[in-house]
Amino acid sequence: MDFEDTAEEAAYRAKVREWLAANAAEYKTPYEGDVDLVVRGKAWQAKKYDAGYVGITWPKALGGQGGTPMQQIIFNQEESKYWVPAGIYAIGLGMCIPTVFTHGRPEIIQRYVPVAMKGEEIWCQLFSEPAAGSDLAGIRTKAERDGDGWVINGQKVWTSGAHRADYGIIVTRTDPTQPKHKGLTMFIINMRAPGVEVRPIKQMAGASEFNEVFFTDVRIADDHRLGDVGDGWRVSLTTLMNERLAVGGKPTNSPDAHSLIELARAIDAEEGNMLEQSHVRQKIADVYIQDRGISLTRMRTMSAISSGRTPGPESSISKVVVAKLMQDMGSFAGDMAESAGLLMGDDASSLPHLEALRQGYFWSAGLRIAGGTDEILRNIIAERVLGLPGDIRPDKTVPFNELHKVVS
Amino acid sequence: MNFQFSEEAEALRDEARKFLAAESGREKARAVMNGDATHDAALWSRIAELGWTGLRIPEAHGGLGLSVLELCVLAEEVGRALSPVPFTSSVLMATELLMASGHDSAQAAWLPKLADGSAIGTVAWMEGNATRPDGSPKLACSGDRLTGAKLPVADGLAADFAIVTARDEAGALVIALVDLSATGVSRSACETVDLVRKSAKIVFSDAACTVLARADEAERLRARHLQGTAVLLAFEGLGSADAAMEMAVDYAKERVAFGRRIGGYQAVKHRCADMYIKNQLARSHAYYGAWALLTGAPELALAAAGARVAAIDALQFAAEENVQLHGGIGFTWESDCQFFYRRGRLLALNLGSRTFWSDQLVRALEQRNTDLAA
Repeated sequence: MDFEDTAEEAAYRAKVREWLAANAAEYKTPYEGDVDLVVRGKAWQAKKYDAGYVGITWPKALGGQGGTPMQQIIFNQEESKYWVPAGIYAIGLGMCIPTVFTHGRPEIIQRYVPVAMKGEEIWCQLFSEPAAGSDLAGIRTKAERDGDGWVINGQKVWTSGAHRADYGIIVTRTDPTQPKHKGLTMFIINMRAPGVEVRPIKQMAGASEFNEVFFTDVRIADDHRLGDVGDGWRVSLTTLMNERLAVGGKPTNSPDAHSLIELARAIDAEEGNMLEQSHVRQKIADVYIQDRGISLTRMRTMSAISSGRTPGPESSISKVVVAKLMQDMGSFAGDMAESAGLLMGDDASSLPHLEALRQGYFWSAGLRIAGGTDEILRNIIAERVLGLPGDIRPDKTVPFNELHKVVS
Repeated sequence: MNFQFSEEAEALRDEARKFLAAESGREKARAVMNGDATHDAALWSRIAELGWTGLRIPEAHGGLGLSVLELCVLAEEVGRALSPVPFTSSVLMATELLMASGHDSAQAAWLPKLADGSAIGTVAWMEGNATRPDGSPKLACSGDRLTGAKLPVADGLAADFAIVTARDEAGALVIALVDLSATGVSRSACETVDLVRKSAKIVFSDAACTVLARADEAERLRARHLQGTAVLLAFEGLGSADAAMEMAVDYAKERVAFGRRIGGYQAVKHRCADMYIKNQLARSHAYYGAWALLTGAPELALAAAGARVAAIDALQFAAEENVQLHGGIGFTWESDCQFFYRRGRLLALNLGSRTFWSDQLVRALEQRNTDLAA
């Protein structure tokens, strides 16, 4: 039992470190003020692509490196020590492109995959709808045959990064007379096509990462279909599996138990220093158990990957723990800071980590929902890991256009 | 990256789990709870034959000389089975402490008997009234004589010797080994929350002892022992927590209410998922503790406290929810739920409470913050 790399892993890590030291120097410190993430992101992605650090585990035939999952993990670990602007590609390369090369036609793969790897085109994932979040197969956006193509009408929502995306993968309903999982079809859609309208949604913390997207008679050629007609649910599972791997990690440099210690030590309350108070120490221990517990659990998962085994079900607990933990840490930090916990903007307190903890508080409210709500994730653990019975789903075998009849 | 047990340790786990499933079902725990015996002596001698009592003892003293990782594996399995034997007291605590003491004559006298299971040891820290495991004991040690009392002492009626904490005339800490058959030692049964692991009150009246360590050396030995035991008890607790969760999940798959199996209701499902989450967190911390113990890493203080707190949380939650998911039957005397419920309280308090270990954990984090800043 040890935490060391194997000889091969150590050699790869050394190579990555050397490359990052030479090529990522400008990202050593966080950027300040307004920066154009797209411009910065494209420059960084192009560098990575030229050096062979994009699609590390993907087949060489696709332009990938044919490497191991451990190599990808090592690259991610080392890259995360820099403030690189890689986030705008997380959805495209993490979820959309694997779906494209798993289910797309050869000429479509050739058209889109290399360009996406170089970072020249940005992708988004168009799944959720106003009436279909956790109940993802309940989508209504429809695609209808029209000659040798399709016409799309409807609306998506919570689409991360749609405002800067060039392309998206979209799940649509092509046969409403089938039960809801059976009448779906997946496509690649051009986000600049006539009839696509992106409207940003302002989140409670003020930023606008998500969007509503409206489709009015948007045309898609049939060769942009991913998988068979009616097979969209199975195709979307490719994306969702990759999503569960991608969503849920704590962002690099986000607050942890050490941050709470430094914050508590900086607060001299009437009853004495915060860090000396028993209830504060209990809470810090709680935070450590969960936060460090998740990172240790990841190490167990990595050990399995490193030795060529399939990771166990333990990795499924990450997001459900991390999201709520961020929320708890943020509210606890505010409680410790008393009135300073209220102040924001120019009047914000300079207490250490308080602002980052507050940001985590607002951000985590979304993280508890995105990529599978706490409730859905608990269902998954209970059903797939522990083998408990599935939920009652009275809609499962009913044709989609008759679903209104089964609502109880 | 190799954050997992070796194939040999995993093989030992499989073997131990099969053996205990066949030989140590919970009815044996119930028999001890309802009877007068201090433990299941037949099971204990089978365990000794398998070499588990001498797992870590050097071959020169008749043991197998294996590593602490194998001991962690057995601790988990004995915890899973709730085996009514003095494994925790004798193997996880007394044997480890005696070996760590480096006291040659005491080791020569007792390790061979511990190895073959003919002797049982225990460690007596507590004195009944809010004793903290790092506090100053009241038991008085004058020369090689002890006067005072310890309670509760787990497996204190079954044990042949006890390793006690005491203080000398100058107030310094003493760690001493007492042969419990010696003149001046009297024992009586002492009821605790856990009715399977029987405890005693032991009174010493000018009883002879062997001093294993004194003053600063004793402080170091105690601190190190607390950390090591925290890890081993975390594995024991983890085994019990997984067993409690499995008992709850099995019941949820069988019990029918309102026309369906209760495990299909989200209120029940989500409790089961939460048990799984806490157990996985506890498992990861326990592995970290095992690694730190094996390698003597500077992270041991932090890893041990983390393992201890996570295991306490996991077992307590699983034990409580197991009763809850069983409904009324769960809090009857006949139900096995009470074993976990009671064991949860025992393991939460027999080596310092969650409050104590949370404080230890934050101390270790503060230390690390200081080290990082330096």
